[in-house]
Amino acid sequence: MAERERKLLQGNQACVVGAIYAGMRFYAGYPITPSTEVAEGCSRELPRIGGRFIQMEDEIGSIAAIIGASVSGKKAMTATSGPGYSLMVENIGYAYMTETPVVIVNVQRGGPSTGLPTKVSQSDTMQARWGTHGDYNAIAVAPSTVADTVVETIRAFNLAERFRTPVTILLDEVIAHSRSMVEIPQEGDFPIVDRIKPTKPAGRDFMPFEVTENFVSPMASYGDGYRFIVTGLTHDQHGFTTNRADETVVKLEKLRNKITRYEEEIYKQEARWTDDADIILVAYGSAARASLQAAQIAREAGVKVGVIQLYTIWPFPEKPLLDLCAKTKKVIVAELNMGQLVHEVRRVLPGDIDVHSVLRYDGEILTPLQVLEKVDEVM
Amino acid sequence: MGALLDKIAVPQDRFEIRLSGSGGQGMILGAVILSEAIGGDGTKNVSQTQSYGPEARGGASKSDVVVSPNQIFYPKAMKLDLLLAMTQESLDSYYKDLKDGGTLIIDNVLVTDIPTDNYYGLPFTRLAREEAGHVMVANVIALGAIAALTGVVDKETLINAVLARAPRGTEEKNRKAVEIGFREAEKLKK
Repeated sequence: MAERERKLLQGNQACVVGAIYAGMRFYAGYPITPSTEVAEGCSRELPRIGGRFIQMEDEIGSIAAIIGASVSGKKAMTATSGPGYSLMVENIGYAYMTETPVVIVNVQRGGPSTGLPTKVSQSDTMQARWGTHGDYNAIAVAPSTVADTVVETIRAFNLAERFRTPVTILLDEVIAHSRSMVEIPQEGDFPIVDRIKPTKPAGRDFMPFEVTENFVSPMASYGDGYRFIVTGLTHDQHGFTTNRADETVVKLEKLRNKITRYEEEIYKQEARWTDDADIILVAYGSAARASLQAAQIAREAGVKVGVIQLYTIWPFPEKPLLDLCAKTKKVIVAELNMGQLVHEVRRVLPGDIDVHSVLRYDGEILTPLQVLEKVDEVM
Repeated sequence: MGALLDKIAVPQDRFEIRLSGSGGQGMILGAVILSEAIGGDGTKNVSQTQSYGPEARGGASKSDVVVSPNQIFYPKAMKLDLLLAMTQESLDSYYKDLKDGGTLIIDNVLVTDIPTDNYYGLPFTRLAREEAGHVMVANVIALGAIAALTGVVDKETLINAVLARAPRGTEEKNRKAVEIGFREAEKLKK
C-alpha cells in the first residue's frame, strides 16, 4: 500500500478528517470556542467533495438541520461546546425517538453556562448520557489524542449508522487545540458502516420502525419513494403516533434493547500495565494523557500503577471495568470536573475496591504530578 | 506519604521546547513549522500546544513542542529542555519552567536582564531587519539557531518545512533567515 500522507493537525481538524472518511457529506453548525476549527474545516472541505456546509442561526437550528439531512440520507454532523449542546438537547431527544443517526461533537470547555470559553473541562460527561429528558440509551465516544480523534470520529459515525441513534463525541479543549502528526487514512484502513436500507417495496408492508431481530429498523430516506412519518411523539412500528400502553412499551424497549443487547460492540477501552497493578487509574480524554504519564513515571519509580483509558464512555463499560480491576484493590478516577465518571466507577466496582478521585476544575489540564500526589496519598 | 514523590523523575525520552515572545512575533507559527520539520519523517512524535484565547493576545505569548521517539503521553510541556525568549517579559514569565542545565536562547538586544550566565544570545530581531530584509523573519532565524544549537532537526529539513509554509514570493527571504540563524549560532558553539 502506498505511504500515507502525514499532516500536522489539531484535534478539531482530525475530527474533520475522520468525519469525511466516514462519509459525512452534511455539516450544519454554529461556531463556538473551542470547537470552531471543526466548522472551519468542514466549510472548506465539504464543498470540494460535493457535500454541504451550512452555518446556522444557532445550535437549535444546527441539530435540526443535521437530523433533516440524515433522514434525507446523508451522514451528518454538528460540532459545538457545552453551551451549544445544552441548546441542542431537545432535538437530540427527537433524534433518539425518531432513531436518526447523527454525530454531535462536544468540545468540552468550563461550565456551567458560558463558563470558560477557552479552557479545558470534562464537565459534560453526564450531560452526554442524560442531557435530554425521557428514557433512552446514549452512546458517547472519547478520543484522547489527535490521531485518536480521526479513529473515534469514524467510530462515532459507524455506531450512529449501525444503531440508528445519535452519537456524541466528547472532545476537550486540550485535544482539540493541540497539534500532532497524523497519518491520513486511505480507503480500506477502517471499515465504514452504512445504515441498512429497506428491502421491502414501498407500500403497506413497509414499517419504518419495525422491531427486527436486532431491534434496528431498516431506514428509508426521504426521496427514496417510501412514505413515512417522523415524529417525536411515541409511535408504533408504522410510525403513527400512539397512546396505547402496549405499543409504548414496544417502542421504549426497542430503543433500549438495540443498545443494551449489543454493548460489547460499543465498548472500547485500553488497559496498560493493569495486570500486576496495585493502583489502577481510570480516565478518558486529556485526563487519560495525564494519567498515562503519571503511571509511566510511577512505574519508573517502582510503583505498580496501571491505567484503564476509556474510549467509550456511554454505555458505561461495566463488564470490561470489572474484569480489568479484578485483581486490584485501589482505583483512582482522574477527571476534569467535580466528580462525574467516578460515580459510575463506584456503582460498578465491588465494595472492597477503594475508589478515589483526582479532580481538576479550574480550567487547566490535570498534571502528571497532581495524579502522582493522589497515588502517593492512597498507596 | 511522600514515598513515591521522593523517587519520581521527569521522563528522559521527552525533549520539551518552548518558543516565547510577544504576540505577533510568530512564536506559534514557529512552533508549527518546527513540529512539521521534526515530525515530518515519522521517526519522532510531536505534540504542539500554545497559549490560547485572552492569554494569547498581547503580553507574553508561548508555544510548546514536545518531542519524543516514543508515544507522547502528556501533551503539554512539564520541564523545558529548551527555552527561546524573544522578549524580556517572556523570559521573566517562563525561565522558572526551564530544566536545570536546559538550553536558554535569547534575543540579546531585547532581553538584557538574564538570571544566568549559561545561555546563548543572538540579536534575532536586528538580524531579521538588517540582514534578512524583514523583521517578520526573526522567528525563522531563531529556528535556524535552534537547529544549530540542539540538533533537534537538521538544517535542510528545517528549510523544507519553512518553505512549505512560506507565502509565495518570500521563499528566498525565509531560506536566508534559516541560514543566518544557523550560521550565527554555529559561531556561538565555538
